[in-house]
Amino acid sequence: MHLPKPRGAFSEQLFAALLSGDPTTAARLPGPEAAEDAALALWCLYELSYRGFEEVDDRLEWAPELVAVRRGLEDDLEDRLRSRWSGRPAYDGDFATAFFAAVERHEGPSLARFVQRSATADQVMELLQARSLYHLKESDPVAFSVPRLPVAARAALMELQYDEYGGGRPERLHAHLFAEGLAALGLDATEGAYLDQTPLAVLEQNNAMSLFGLHRRLRGASLGHLAAFEATSSGPCRRMARGLERLALAPEMRAYYEEHVEADAVHEQLAVRLICQPLIEAEPETEDDVWFGAFSCLDLEDRVAHHYLDRWGESA
Amino acid sequence: MSRPTPDVVLCPGGPMLLRGEHLVMDDDGVEHPTTRPISAVCRCGKSATKPWCDGTHKVIPERLRP
Ligand code: FES
Ligand SMILES: [Fe+2]
Ligand SMILES: [Fe+2]
Repeated sequence: MHLPKPRGAFSEQLFAALLSGDPTTAARLPGPEAAEDAALALWCLYELSYRGFEEVDDRLEWAPELVAVRRGLEDDLEDRLRSRWSGRPAYDGDFATAFFAAVERHEGPSLARFVQRSATADQVMELLQARSLYHLKESDPVAFSVPRLPVAARAALMELQYDEYGGGRPERLHAHLFAEGLAALGLDATEGAYLDQTPLAVLEQNNAMSLFGLHRRLRGASLGHLAAFEATSSGPCRRMARGLERLALAPEMRAYYEEHVEADAVHEQLAVRLICQPLIEAEPETEDDVWFGAFSCLDLEDRVAHHYLDRWGESA
Repeated sequence: MSRPTPDVVLCPGGPMLLRGEHLVMDDDGVEHPTTRPISAVCRCGKSATKPWCDGTHKVIPERLRP
């Protein structure tokens, strides 16, 4: 992957520091100019912990100056996400029932419904390009949570992840299925290929997952995010598949979404009942963050949907 | 944590989780091998990908859910 174009003086100077290999220059960065400038910078700092950039020294991942910059950006992001959340719902009875009910109550605009019914092929392509930022790293952020979990939740998360990563078969690994779908559509399946045109809402959505995954302190949010993601996937993936079929777009991409109709019907049960519930039982102090992570997942997706529906002149 | 973990988990209002490799026979007598470490078998009868759950149980009236 290559560094993207900067979106302000902050990301510009940060990228210059990354390219120079001398992280000490990052200690004198100006404040970010705009939300996009900050979000892109954070996305790129996180990338050092995933696949890295061809032109950046891999050792910079843990350069103290860059970790300090990352920390500042992360604190801002976490504050923003927490300020949007109104707290966990009160409930009687068991967590799983309350969780599924809360997700069902959430109402937001649906990009999948739009794709199913009326999106043009160009709009679908644009959406898939933005989605590629995460789907080419599918399941990677929450993988960082694995060693931070109590035993029952850890075993169940590995069971879910084993399926996401193809059950030992690279040709079934979900991120790879998405890459094949992109290629079949004539799109670039290289990671980060569409980073330059990715809007703020999508960058922030990605950054939240990395934030939750990379901090042991936020393991509850990481798993709550996962559970909400899986619990809102089967239906929308079916709609995406139908939209792709309506537009007669590559069957390989349809296969990716069809796989998720079935896989995520399993994963939502695993994530809610066998991962989050045992986590909360073993570590009750994580419950607030489980709900916080779940809310953030739904809210960030609403923001992405608003961005595209507004852009395409659709009312949500 | 020395108790063995159940291989079959009935999810209230939803599918039956089935851990491991199995051959599942559907209503029409057709056999379907499981393809993932853990599978969800539809119990509500409304899935479009039977015998597997596809999440449809969440959009049917509560009294019709298993
Ligand atoms: S139990 Fe989920 S679709 Fe039937
Ligand atoms: Fe997946
Ligand atoms: Fe999944």
